[in-house]
Amino acid sequence: MPSSATPSELEQPNDAEKPSDSEQPGRGSPAVSVPGRRGGSVRAVPAGASSLSLLASELATLFRRRRTMAMLVALAAIPVLIAVAVRLSSAVPPGRGPAFLDRISQNGLFVAVTAMLVSVPLFLPLTIGVVAGDTIAGEASLGTLRYLLVAPAGRVRLLLVKYAGALAFCLAAPITVALAGAAIGASLFPIGPVTLLSGDVVQPPEAALRLLLIAAYLAVSLAGLSAIGLFLSTMTVVPVGAMAATVVVSVASQIADQLPQLEWLHPWLFTHFWFGFADVLRQPVLWDSFASNALLQAGYIAVFGALAYARFVTRDILS
Amino acid sequence: MTAPGSTAAGLTIETQGLTKRFGHQVAVDNVDLAVPHGAVFGFLGPNGSGKTTTIRMLLGLAAASAGTVSVLGQPMPQGLHEVLPRVGALVEGPAFYPFLSGTANLHRFDAASRHGPPATRKARVAAALERVGLSHAAGKRVHAYSLGMKQRLGIANALLSPRDLLVLDEPTNGLDPQGTREVRSLVRSLAADGATVFVSSHLLAEVEQICTHAAIMSAGKLVAQGPLAELRQAGDTRIRLLTPDAGTACEVLLRLGMTPGKGTHEPDGEVLTAVAAASSVAPPEDIVAGLVAAGVRVRGFSVERESLEDRFVALTGEGFDVAQ
Ligand SMILES: Nc1ncnc2c1ncn2[C@@H]1O[C@H](COP(=O)(O)OP(=O)(O)OP(=O)(O)O)[C@@H](O)[C@H]1O
Ligand SMILES: [Mg+2]
Repeated sequence: MPSSATPSELEQPNDAEKPSDSEQPGRGSPAVSVPGRRGGSVRAVPAGASSLSLLASELATLFRRRRTMAMLVALAAIPVLIAVAVRLSSAVPPGRGPAFLDRISQNGLFVAVTAMLVSVPLFLPLTIGVVAGDTIAGEASLGTLRYLLVAPAGRVRLLLVKYAGALAFCLAAPITVALAGAAIGASLFPIGPVTLLSGDVVQPPEAALRLLLIAAYLAVSLAGLSAIGLFLSTMTVVPVGAMAATVVVSVASQIADQLPQLEWLHPWLFTHFWFGFADVLRQPVLWDSFASNALLQAGYIAVFGALAYARFVTRDILS
Repeated sequence: MTAPGSTAAGLTIETQGLTKRFGHQVAVDNVDLAVPHGAVFGFLGPNGSGKTTTIRMLLGLAAASAGTVSVLGQPMPQGLHEVLPRVGALVEGPAFYPFLSGTANLHRFDAASRHGPPATRKARVAAALERVGLSHAAGKRVHAYSLGMKQRLGIANALLSPRDLLVLDEPTNGLDPQGTREVRSLVRSLAADGATVFVSSHLLAEVEQICTHAAIMSAGKLVAQGPLAELRQAGDTRIRLLTPDAGTACEVLLRLGMTPGKGTHEPDGEVLTAVAAASSVAPPEDIVAGLVAAGVRVRGFSVERESLEDRFVALTGEGFDVAQ
């Protein structure tokens, strides 16, 4: 995953454009000991450790930020809203409202399932759009990008760490919805054995595991969108632009997925398997859609990761 | 052998034909910089003359349209990973995460470097904050910092590790007189430690006080460069003479290769000023001897060197408008 060590040969912007000089002392020399009068205090920390340090800093910066916390709170409010609404109304007639809504009053765990289902089309992509669109463009607009790069963070290393940060948020967002849903469900409704879609009955601990599995499915689903957001973020110094563009792309993809005229395109859309998580609610778990989804997302990560790399490594940092 | 990392010529920064185009505009035009080891190098120029753009290319933030850059003996941006850990930089003003404290900001930038040992990070951050007088405001969020406090924090960021080269783009921008003095003494102490300091500034008086070398940019071109004394010497020398015998004095001065201006009347006689290119002017004692020998009653005599400001204006033009 992105935290792995980066080969430093990759991190040389504009290398390809430059005519190769006859004398390039930097080329062959060992990367570790930097010569200096300063008694060796300027020395490379092992690559893995230093990248972990940067990743930790990235995660701390991301999750300590008020905006990130506000988004997670907003996501947590979705199950709360659903649970309170169901609690206050008389029995929900089956077949109306989002799937699973009618089962909430018998089993509180279904609050989490319903809330995750409801947040897939817009709320999750919205928050991912904000985080992924902000990755590079946000640093550029603050001006901190130039200081990260002269630190030097290394462009490839920074891009990987930024993407890892976005992935962490992709995981945190659905887990927040699941945990908030389970908590509010448990406090307002009875918790009991859950009847799966296959008809089997599982006990609450096993059911909670299934909830986390759905969250993991959603995290994987959002990985492709994050890569798109990362790429868009390298294109501009206006973070709002990259954020909006990312959200628009996710909505457009879902619309295209609805149009029968574009049937040939459907399996290639990164949103195509977004609702396929019902399969983890079977006994035994059907991994087919999980696997197809993961493969598709990996493809998007590869393509947009490469585009982001190509763009960012050669870009002039003028902000 | 010169110090490690230097070129044979002992240059810390060397550019050849460095050029940057933005569309049709040539922001930096064929610049050949030569910054010697251990120099405090003033990089001067009017607004929009290409100073910051040059600095961006030195640091590998922007790619040159043409030309080569070498910093600490390594080509840039190819040698970026070996060079930048030894360089502290302030580029176009400080920039921070407003929602993080001063300390947290410095921790983040230090973590970004592959070369800042995590074990000493805390101590190094505290020392850097101490050095710029920010220890008391270290825990405050940066959005609550004043302009000068941010500037100080920016300088602290450049000092996080021991550096061989400091590139400071307008370091005293927004600082109070105490802060300005602090920066001046900071630059001196860094230079005394053997670091090379590259400072861009508009404050000529300040550059005159701290720099050993200077370069002047105008509309993207490098119009002058060299040791400060030489730069000033390249300008004109002006003598000021108070005498009742203006007529004779004029003849003598003309003979000595100077161009006397029109005199002004004062109670003690006439004040004459005469100008000559510094290279061709006779030593002051010879001028006085010549005047006295010719019977001129010298009641006052002084030699005035052109200030760096005069030189700057002479090279970059009087106009206030920013060049296109
Ligand atoms: N991103 C950019 N796109 C287009 N032109 C630019 C860009 N950045 C700078 N320029 C142009 O390059 C020229 C040099 O700008 P630069 O910022 O290097 O000037 P400077 O000498 O640092 O000025 P100042 O003293 O005001 O800081 C200016 O004419 C400016 O308009
Ligand atoms: Mg500038």
